[in-house]
Amino acid sequence: MKVLQSVLLVLALVVVGFVVAIIPGGQALIGKVLPYLAFAVFLLFFIVKVVGWAKSPVPFRIPTTAGQEKSLPWVKQSRFDNPSTTGGVIVRMLLEVTMFRSLFRNTKAEMHDGPYLAHGSSKYLWLFALIFHYSFLVVVLRHLRLFLNPVPGLIQALGGADGFLQVLSPGLYISDLTIVLGLVLLFGRRLVRPQIRYISLVNDYFPLVLIFAIATSGILMRYIIRPDIINIKQLAVGLATFHPVIPGEMGTIFFVHLFLVCCLLVYFPFSKLMHMGGVFLSPTRNMANNNRMVHHDNPWNDPAIKPHSYAGYEDEFREVMKEAEIPVEKE
Amino acid sequence: MADPKAEQLGIGVAKDPSLMTGAIPRRGWMDTPAIFKPGNYCYPGKPEMVEYLNKALPGKFGEPRVWSPEDEDWKLPENWKEIILEGLRERLDKFRSLKIFMDCCVRCGACADKCHFFLGTGDPKNMPVLRAELLRSVYRREFSKAGKIMGKMVGARDLTVDVLKEWFMYFYQCTECRRCSLYCPYGIDTAEITMMMRELLHLVGINTNWILEPAANSNRTGNHMGLQPHTFKENIEYLVDDIEEITGIRVEPTFNRKGAEILFITPSADVFAEPGIYTAMGYLLLFHHIGLDYTWSTYASEGGNFGLFTNNELMKKLNGKMYAEAERLGVKWILGGECGHMWRVVHQYMDTLNGPPDFLEVPKSPITGTVFDNAASTKMVHISEFTADLIHHNKLKLDSSRNDHRKVTYHDSCNTARAMGLLEEPRIILKEVVNDFHEMPEHTIREETFCCGSGTGLNTGEIMELRMRGGLPRANAVKFVKEKYDVNTLSCVCAIDRATLSVLMDYWTPGVDVCGVSELVGNALIMEGEKERETGLRFEPLAGSEEGEADV
Repeated sequence: MKVLQSVLLVLALVVVGFVVAIIPGGQALIGKVLPYLAFAVFLLFFIVKVVGWAKSPVPFRIPTTAGQEKSLPWVKQSRFDNPSTTGGVIVRMLLEVTMFRSLFRNTKAEMHDGPYLAHGSSKYLWLFALIFHYSFLVVVLRHLRLFLNPVPGLIQALGGADGFLQVLSPGLYISDLTIVLGLVLLFGRRLVRPQIRYISLVNDYFPLVLIFAIATSGILMRYIIRPDIINIKQLAVGLATFHPVIPGEMGTIFFVHLFLVCCLLVYFPFSKLMHMGGVFLSPTRNMANNNRMVHHDNPWNDPAIKPHSYAGYEDEFREVMKEAEIPVEKE
Repeated sequence: MADPKAEQLGIGVAKDPSLMTGAIPRRGWMDTPAIFKPGNYCYPGKPEMVEYLNKALPGKFGEPRVWSPEDEDWKLPENWKEIILEGLRERLDKFRSLKIFMDCCVRCGACADKCHFFLGTGDPKNMPVLRAELLRSVYRREFSKAGKIMGKMVGARDLTVDVLKEWFMYFYQCTECRRCSLYCPYGIDTAEITMMMRELLHLVGINTNWILEPAANSNRTGNHMGLQPHTFKENIEYLVDDIEEITGIRVEPTFNRKGAEILFITPSADVFAEPGIYTAMGYLLLFHHIGLDYTWSTYASEGGNFGLFTNNELMKKLNGKMYAEAERLGVKWILGGECGHMWRVVHQYMDTLNGPPDFLEVPKSPITGTVFDNAASTKMVHISEFTADLIHHNKLKLDSSRNDHRKVTYHDSCNTARAMGLLEEPRIILKEVVNDFHEMPEHTIREETFCCGSGTGLNTGEIMELRMRGGLPRANAVKFVKEKYDVNTLSCVCAIDRATLSVLMDYWTPGVDVCGVSELVGNALIMEGEKERETGLRFEPLAGSEEGEADV
């Protein structure tokens, strides 16, 4: 049901994009206006969200420690899984963001008769996530060649590397294959694993389907339908230099593709996709475990909260304390 | 209600259809209400406890009243919804963690089968992701545009009395062990969410007595059992007598002594309850062995902090005694005993709540001269760090063969493992004091350790089945080493563990004793002038002794 809703939603967006692209003035709307609007919404609300998070203080230092603490000089510390310095935290965060360190730990538990619980290493989710996210990154970076003139060497090199197989004409990009693969695997996992299926919401399927639609329309354009790339580049450069023009025929599919990308940009800051920003601010990951070494201040700490006083305690128990020969302050 | 036998429950967890055994519930979780029946909830706080705590911290514990989770009417204040939502808004503004954890989850499910309560119950709402969604769904409705407009389609729902009841059920089926947060790609920590939720529930007077009464006791008498000063001292003196009987040595602990170099604080369970008392005997022997200038305190006689299970204000209030007493007695630094959640508070909260304690000195071992730079600000050292340092410098005379009647494994307490990283120190000690040591299987130890299933104030008799289910993953790993290596002793550095694992072992893997690491140290210590030992600290026969052989 939720899967169907997600698919229908994305189909509806495709239809909207298609219809707008074929009505007069529609292409200008999608090509010249919408990208700015979508990008502005994305940027503005992304910042609003992150600033919103940052506005709340981190009252306590609560890293999840995933290895040996720094204690005695001759006990080997896990410097990156349980960092005690800023440098260590930076490495921990880099490992988390670029290698998905925590997912790499993943295990799968199975209950057998006995009862006997088995916990085995499980790297599927880690692998699927890596495939998808890196493909997505490469695809996005590759697209910069459309917006920049001349195309920076780094982007050219990336495109070259991505197309090193040199099969098909035009050359096949590996990331085109792998992004679709990653999406299918992540989507499939949601459906196949009972636990994940049970918790999945429309908000979980929808972005997968949307990105799938974007990728598919892009792949169709590159390998099959082939709208005029020169015109597209001209529009893209125009957008980047704030002089957008619709130079000529670009094909309806291009506008559908662009429309869906705009939808994704608008959807992004209001959705779980904000995990992209959140991971950097997560207090259990980005704090050093130097808890007992360095004082951490809580801005709303209430100094008025005092322990039940010793004087009050002794007043209540003075007689029994004296009898038990426990020293007292007042005889 | 009689609790099911282990055999019966063992078949149940493996065979009954549940999300853990591969069956998908037909009904969506939002349409599945929480049903309270005897055995699946902790008894509510007694009105006098609520009243007492409300006097200590006005407005934090709701109205004192008699109520039961089984009743339709929980006698909530009329404006309960307002209180909760206002409380939630306040906490979103006070805790960045909560805000981020509400927004970032992608429901990847990596945490799903990491929770011991999910593994043992198969209840979908015990998957950490869904436990958080219980709150997140309301957060979406009240604090996000999409949730306000699109409702259930985007996983949003209204806050109703049924939702509140569901919160009470499932945020008291979480022991804040943080195992899920280890695997989460964004470090979402369910412990953090559970803590917030319990704070909110307290505001409208939803609570459990097994947490409130110990908390009230800790505030008044200094320890959670409510032992008065003379009783506290007497209990330790019984242990001193036992030590004399076993070793021929009379140790001489002092109490509330001004001018001692070190203040020693341990969970009070070590002073009055088996098997914790044997751990306390270990401390007493160790301190005597090295001639430590230290004192116990009857005022700060509880290492554990039941405030952690209620709200950060009470945690601060109870914790405040440690520094207050250290200052009053004029000690140089504080040494802390074996305890899990005590060390969560000491390591991650104390300095922020009540520090920095400028009246103390950076801890320095008077025996080895080692300066504990890792405690330079908080000025409190863990007994395992302290002992491991003594061992490293060869300051202890040890006869590890005195533990030869024990085949030992080690349980990392959740808090010392995942909120501190105290992994090696206890193992360094164990290596020197026992000859037969075996680790439990990987993925169940160190940072991946499993909770005892009864932490955060769930160590109460009325939810025994739930506790045995929650403890199953831990027990199962012990069973593995018991069958493979004949392990008969589960060592740990946690007072709640000592109490709860004993029950858990009796249930799932009878024949395994639970002990603190310091008990094994005490057994192995060769005291100057001691008599030949015939028994261990719990008067159990040693290997090679006549009784011992007959026993084998």
